[in-house]
Formats: sequence, structure tokens, C-alpha cells
Amino acid sequence: MKTYDIVIIGGGPAGLSAAVSARKSEIESILILERDKELGGILNQCIHNGFGLHTFKEELTGPEYAGRFIEQVEELQIEYRLHTMVMDISQDKVVTAMNSTDGLFEIKAGAVILAMGCRERSRGALNIPGYRPAGIFSAGTAQRLVNMEGFLPGRKVVILGSGDIGLIMARRMTLESAQVQVVAELMPYSGGLKRNIVQCLDDYGIPLKLSHTVVEIRGRERVEGVTLAQVDEKNRPIPGTEEDYACDTLLLSVGLIPENELSSGMGVELSRVTSGPVVNESLETNIEGVFACGNVLHVHDLVDFVSEEAAAAGRNAARYVQEAGKRAKLQAAADGADEAKERFGEQTDVEEESRSSAKQDADVAAQSRHQAVEIRAVDGVRYTVPSRIHVERMEDIQTVRFRVGGVYKNCFVSVYLDEERILHRKRPVMAPGEMEDVKLRKEELLKHPDLKTITVKLEEI
Amino acid sequence: MEKRELICIGCPMGCPVTVEMDEDKIVSVTGNTCPRGDAYARKEVTNPTRIVTSTVKVEGGFVEMISVKTKEDIPKEKIFDCVKALKGVTVKAPVHIGDVILADVAGTGVDVVATRNA
Repeated sequence: MKTYDIVIIGGGPAGLSAAVSARKSEIESILILERDKELGGILNQCIHNGFGLHTFKEELTGPEYAGRFIEQVEELQIEYRLHTMVMDISQDKVVTAMNSTDGLFEIKAGAVILAMGCRERSRGALNIPGYRPAGIFSAGTAQRLVNMEGFLPGRKVVILGSGDIGLIMARRMTLESAQVQVVAELMPYSGGLKRNIVQCLDDYGIPLKLSHTVVEIRGRERVEGVTLAQVDEKNRPIPGTEEDYACDTLLLSVGLIPENELSSGMGVELSRVTSGPVVNESLETNIEGVFACGNVLHVHDLVDFVSEEAAAAGRNAARYVQEAGKRAKLQAAADGADEAKERFGEQTDVEEESRSSAKQDADVAAQSRHQAVEIRAVDGVRYTVPSRIHVERMEDIQTVRFRVGGVYKNCFVSVYLDEERILHRKRPVMAPGEMEDVKLRKEELLKHPDLKTITVKLEEI
Repeated sequence: MEKRELICIGCPMGCPVTVEMDEDKIVSVTGNTCPRGDAYARKEVTNPTRIVTSTVKVEGGFVEMISVKTKEDIPKEKIFDCVKALKGVTVKAPVHIGDVILADVAGTGVDVVATRNA
């Protein structure tokens, strides 16, 4: 069985950035496994611009942003396999994968970085009544068809859901001469960026109907029309508000779900809020040496933050591999000393020292794995990533990312160390569509040796 | 006096901005919270521009299509002319990011360039 120090599952933005950062942390043996025919992941179909303002200080399109990282992967000669589907990962980090040249094969990994991304919620998750004709696509599928395969999925379009992909596709299909009639959004606010509402809908006169949903799909072979209705505050359709739209295509942009079948298969603990792994400060899951980053961990709004997070996962995986190497050496030294003692019935001071230091190191490592401070997300904060922190292992500044559960105006984001408030930052507007973050300083956390919980919450004053 | 209602895209706040116009002259900008909103509104009512992205067919590559963009932003009213000009354009592989696919698109003086390799 082939062995690699770090195996990265997925060659999208998260996997690429994690690989580059692990190599820069001096890990030689890295392998990226990618199921598509090229690296870059979903960025390859996101041909619009607006990527990379944080990372590269310029506005790039998706393929250009991916290209920057693919270039680095090539320059650093990081190994990758395309057309390769990972079937299983075992708890002791044996990765089972397959492709048409190597067949089914196994790889032993020192550390695993999960970077599989997410997939779109489909019609089945929505319980829309009606027939099941052709012409119902997720927005991302339509995006791939138009931008990569060169097909136009339909000519008269209704879009359900105002997530960014739906908005982007409203514009894209309009430019390709389709007639986009309306975008319906269940919630009273859009989950997409303001900029996309203005530049993808307003620019082309496409109406956005908030608090509306699809209540019927007509057509047996092909979609012939849909019915929209307004919903009440409990998201129930209001009788009498139905409006019929004739269309041949319905696009769904109704949310993303982290793709965690491999993670749960290997026993990784998942969060019920994010559907992604529960991780600590190192972005390490409950399984030692298994890390997660990008949209498989939690759905991000900007790819720049994916890259940043994945770089941290890469560094942390590198450190794990390096520390595991040291532990193995010390263990060997300790075993050697034991053996010498048995053989000669005596020991030198040096041997004793090396043995006890090996034991100490092992003790510290074991302790730090168990003594974690929990981060509580309450009062409008839906979740945090990470959700637990080993203070002594965190970087000098730890980014804690989160999302809020509704639209909040003029609220404060607060962080408490047990009862003491250490951060109180005013935010004019927060919305579920935008990721928020707070930075924790290690120096400050170290001043609280008995710290039990960190709380992140929203406060009105 | 004409009034134009806009939503600022500078940040997530999305301030509703009102611009009062007298013919082509801006009389007032209100509703914005910060100077970025003022600048955005002035540009948007006098000279709105956009980067346009699209795709063209590629022959002999390992993909069917390559993505392209206008190298700089072009006047908003030229968006559809730009997309029309790209219709039927086919390029031959190899293509590299930044290669000019169509020079001076729709008389804008701006080139359309490749945004992916093929």
C-alpha cells in the first residue's frame, strides 16, 4: 500500500489551498484526489467576476482564481490524481479510491484533509407538489451546462431561491437570450449579496418576489408552468395569492449541503447546524489527524475565506504529521532505553532523561487533546467554526467564523470568556447570507487559565 | 427635476440612495451612509459600467468551452452588443488565461480575454 504524509480529498479551492500551505510547511509527501477531469472544483463553472478581492487584491473570475492556485500546485510539484473517486476512508486513515487506470486502490495517509465541498439542495428536499417533468434543474447544474458544456437548459425560466448562484444564473441565462421571468424567495430577505441583486436582477429588470414560493409545477414531459404564492410568517402559502407563470424551466437555488458521506462513514462527528464536521482550533475533527476545511466544513460566502481557512488546515495537518514523527522517534528511543535496562539491569542518567521527556511530551499531547474550551453560539449566532479551542495549541490570532440566524440591524457582536465580556463590536447590518467572524487573541485567552466556555452572541446594546 | 432610486452595492448594508438630477447635472445625493455610496451613485447615474463575462467555443482542447471576460468594464448599455459580438466566435486550443479572444468588442475599445486555459 502506498503511503503519503497528507492525503487531501478534493481538488477545489479548499483542497488546493490546503495542499499549497502544507507544502510550504515542509511536507514533501502530499496527494490530492479529485473526481473531476481537472483541478479547480466548482470555481471552473463560476465564470463571473468578483473573486479574490481579499486574497489577490483584484477582481478575478472563478477560473482565474482557481488558476492562481493550480499554478502554485504545479510549481510546487504537488502530486494529484484526477478522475479519481474516493469510496471510503477508514478510522486509521486508509483511503480507498478508484479510477479507470489504477482500478480500486488503497493509500495509507499520515493525515487526511477533508475538502469535498458541498452540493445543492434538490427538489426532493422541498416537497413541491406536482408532476416530475424534465426542465427542473439546480442552479449549479444549469451553470455547468451553460458555462462548461455549452448547452442552454431552457428559454423561459422561473427561479426559486435567491441564493447567489440563482441570481448569477438569472443574469447568465438572460445574456444567453433566455427570458427569466421572476425570482421567488421564500424568506422575507434575499440570501444573496446586494451586489448580485443589483447587477443580476435590477440591471435586467427581473423581479424578485420575497416571501413567495412555488406551490405547483405543471407539465408531464417538460415543465409547462409553475404557480407561485405568497407565504405567511410561518412560510405557509396564503390562499388566493396564487399567480401562474408559463415557463419551460425551473431553476432551484435553495441552499447548499456539505458533502459529508465520507466523513460520517469514518466516524467523524457532524454538527446538526452546519451539517459539517465539528472541529477544534486546528480544524481537526474528533478523529486525530483528520482535518476539514472549505464548504465541506461549513458553507462559505466568499472563496477568499475558504482559501484562508484551508491554508490553516494545511499548516495544522503539517504540524500534526511532524509531531507524530517526533513522537514516534521518542517512543522508539524510550523503547530502546527500556530494552537496554532489561538487558543490562542498569541505566545511565541520559537514558532516564530521554525516557521521561518522551513520556512528558506524550502526556502533554494527550492532555491538550482532551482539555478543550467549548465555544457557545447563542442569541442569534447559529454556530461557530471552530466550536472548541485548545488554548495552548491555537495560533496567536484565531479566527472564529459564524453566521447569524436572521437580519439584525445595529446590533453588537459580543464575546465572553466565561462571564467577562472581551469584545463588543457594533455591526450596522448582519444577514444570514454573509459570514461573520471574530478574532480571539491567544495572549488574552492565556490570562484565563480556568476558562471553561467562550460565548459568542448578539446583543442589542 | 428627475429622481433616481439606487441601492448601493459597496457593502452589505445596501443603502437606498436617491439621486436628484436636473437634466444631466446631479443636484443631490441622499440616503448614503458613507462616501462610497456617494461615489457609487454619481458613477451609476452618469456613466454606469460593468465587466461582462461569457463563454466561447474552443476547438481541439480538453474542454468544450472557455470562459472569457471584458478586460475592463464597459458601458452598461453595451452589454448585449458585447454578448452578441461573441456569438459564433470559436477559438483553437491552446488558449491561455489573458489571451485576447476578441479585440475592441462592440466599439468599446476594450478587449475580450480568456479567463481559463484550454
